[in-house]
Amino acid sequence: MFESLSHLALQHYWWIIISVLGGALAFLMFVQGGQTLIRYLGKNETERSLLVNSLGRKWEFTFTTLVTFGGAFFASFPLFYATSFGGAYWVWILILFAFIIQAVSYEFRSKAGNFLGRRTYETFLHINGLMATVLIGTAVGTFFTGSEFSINEMNQVTWEGQARGLEAALNVQNLALGLSVLFLSRVLGALYFLNNLDEATILTRAKRHLLINSILFLAVFVFFLIRLMLMDGFAFHPDTGEVFIEKSKYLHNYLEMPVVLTLLVAGILGVLLGIGSTLLKNSTRGIWFAGPGTFLVVLSLFLVAGLNDTSFYPSTHDLQSSLTIVNASSSRFTLKVMSYVSLLIPVVIAYMAYSWWSMDRRKITREELQTEDHVY
Amino acid sequence: MLDLIDWSRAQFALTAMYHWLFVPLTLGITWIIAMMETIYVKSGDPEWKKITQFWMKLFGINFAIGVATGIIMEFEFGTNWSNYSWFVGDIFGAPLAIEGIMAFFLESTFIAIMFFGWNKVSKKFHLASSWLVAIGANLSALWILVANAWMQNPVGTEFNPETARNEMVSFWEVLFSPVAINKFLHTITSGMVLASIFVIGISSWFLLKKKEILLSLRSIKVSAIFGLVASLLLVLTGDGSAKQVARIQPMKLAAMEGLYDGKEGAGLVGIGFLNSKEKRDGGEVFAFKFEMPKVLSWMAFGDAGHFVAGINDFSKGNPDRGILSTGEKIERGKVARQLLTDYKNASASGNLAKTDSIRRIFDEPAFRDNYFRYFGYGFDDDLNYYIPNVPLTFYSFHIMVILGFGFVLFFAFFLLFSFKETLPERRFWLKLAPWIIPLAYVASESGWIVAELGRQPWTIQDLLPTVAAVTRIDATSVMVTFILFAVTFTILAIAEISIMLKAIKKGPVNHGGTK
Repeated sequence: MFESLSHLALQHYWWIIISVLGGALAFLMFVQGGQTLIRYLGKNETERSLLVNSLGRKWEFTFTTLVTFGGAFFASFPLFYATSFGGAYWVWILILFAFIIQAVSYEFRSKAGNFLGRRTYETFLHINGLMATVLIGTAVGTFFTGSEFSINEMNQVTWEGQARGLEAALNVQNLALGLSVLFLSRVLGALYFLNNLDEATILTRAKRHLLINSILFLAVFVFFLIRLMLMDGFAFHPDTGEVFIEKSKYLHNYLEMPVVLTLLVAGILGVLLGIGSTLLKNSTRGIWFAGPGTFLVVLSLFLVAGLNDTSFYPSTHDLQSSLTIVNASSSRFTLKVMSYVSLLIPVVIAYMAYSWWSMDRRKITREELQTEDHVY
Repeated sequence: MLDLIDWSRAQFALTAMYHWLFVPLTLGITWIIAMMETIYVKSGDPEWKKITQFWMKLFGINFAIGVATGIIMEFEFGTNWSNYSWFVGDIFGAPLAIEGIMAFFLESTFIAIMFFGWNKVSKKFHLASSWLVAIGANLSALWILVANAWMQNPVGTEFNPETARNEMVSFWEVLFSPVAINKFLHTITSGMVLASIFVIGISSWFLLKKKEILLSLRSIKVSAIFGLVASLLLVLTGDGSAKQVARIQPMKLAAMEGLYDGKEGAGLVGIGFLNSKEKRDGGEVFAFKFEMPKVLSWMAFGDAGHFVAGINDFSKGNPDRGILSTGEKIERGKVARQLLTDYKNASASGNLAKTDSIRRIFDEPAFRDNYFRYFGYGFDDDLNYYIPNVPLTFYSFHIMVILGFGFVLFFAFFLLFSFKETLPERRFWLKLAPWIIPLAYVASESGWIVAELGRQPWTIQDLLPTVAAVTRIDATSVMVTFILFAVTFTILAIAEISIMLKAIKKGPVNHGGTK
């Protein structure tokens, strides 16, 4: 079925897959948001254990999605992998570090002989929640604002940024996206707890934090979105590959790709509906609107960053070194092979959904933690 | 003073070896757990449930840190080996992506059911989940080893001068490369052996303490059978691996055996002590050795009289045997790289006729076989750069092999005692068994040292040396991340071992789920 597709069509297909994985990752970062709320929502040991155990049954979905996002990016656009990971070295290393300390924290936290003590592992979870969201958001921000690097004729990269990637945090637009991801993940985390736990005191606090973080999220995200629509963007000529600056490029992309605009609008409505129905109508299903809403918003952001002849990883140092889905991609053959593999993705989503459903039919309560064999 | 390459290699070695401390147990014990749970579901005996849950508990502790040390590996190709990422990303990225899509989700989804689903899903669904975790873990090993095998023996690809990288032309050749299949089997059986030793060692300790007798006897029986079969396969695939190395990485074989001057009917060094580098270069390689005549020739080529080339044959060349010297390879590598530069220059100046004609040269079999295959030799003029670290490779190889054969005997004895039902009286063996656990880790890590150090300087055999693969960054940054990871991983490993020991001492009673 992929045999007849051109190289360009496959490049588009793979950018869409990357965007889908990016959207899924943003949704699943409710785990990170939730981790930053533990100390505010759990006032005693039992409450914190409930919160940790609630997230502890989901964190691997997020982690695995991140790993797959990385692997898929490597396979489909290896020049991005070589440029950004090697170039923005410190940003990615710090992100990795944040995930390294997360992976052990759930399992080790409540175990006898854990060496560092329960509070340290809870702090690790908190650090992971803050760093992963802000840094990944900031890094994705550079898809719109650009980085300083050059690429020679052998496709070797020279990074020109002074702080090996950390300079991205000096850009207001990048930072706005980073903070948007943080506050949104907290919104999702609060909504997830409201859906997953049955413990009145926690849920009351969760609602208060939902309100605060919703306001903060909307403030920074509207700021980001308005600037995005007005800012200059990095376009390329489809025939020559020449990169040039286009005024209001991302606004044009939304207008020229109405489907993507629809995704954005539907996504924003989903997030608002999830928040609104919870705050106003005491619904516990807000996560099922806000989660998919987040997915759609982020999906649309990735799509405007890379489609419609846009450079998805621009260089402000040397415009012609900018990466596009055309010049950064794998060969047609590899993309074709990988496309067959991508057919497995719906199967993966199906069994993940089934296992989620079969594990979450009942809400987690204090009583359950006392009778459960395996507790974090 | 260490330079950028040293720090980058050190960081990769550090993170890989830490990761490998935790992976083999996962690869093996997931099968053992699945088998135990199958017996539980078939027999309905609650003791088997307790046994299953006890080993599952230990597996969970180990799994988390395997995940923690694993994520860095994937991204390190980009962060620290960015030229590599482009040069081979067209092939190398695919197995990594497939690993994520096909294996990691399987593993992580069903592991949640395995740990938390006892009271939530049916017995059969739970059992299926346990098997899927084992399959997922081993599938992930398959894909990453396909990627590793391709680095050792790059097949199914062609160089494209336009993009200046290798591009995949046959997925099946990459996936079903004999090196990949052998490496996969050798690696997963090594995990099975290590896990079996782990289970037997801990069970023996229980027996010595007269605790959990039934659990221990049953666990030993399952693991001794499983371990014996796996260890025999391990030896068999190890032999297969040696034969492949002889063919595709002869320099590695020479280093593994400390063979400086090639000969016909070469003997296999059983035990040996190497001399200092000066003496070795002067021809006195060993201070002491016990050698089995002709065995190396037979092992590597299936013919006791076959010629096995040594390190000097490669460095200086051996025209009688048709071996090019490293110097000649360097010249040819430079020809290939100059042609690539010419191509780029012609392309930049818009000389289409010239780019076309050069492109055709890249497609010629004669150019590929005689010049491009030495592409990586052009990057460094020092002949010694192309010789791996002989002592490390030699000793690691011999430690691995001696221990490997020892493990076969170990399982055979435990199986015998298990069937004769004399285990509780075999106090010597019960005391010995826990001490075999660290040896299994030593053997396993040694195997990777042979595989990876033995192929220095190549990230991609003969095509891309480490010096050309590395990310251009200041050495201090890499030094800082090296220290960051070293400290973090060491702290986490201490916590892991401490939790593991506590959980073993506590035994299954209090958290085994049979309350």
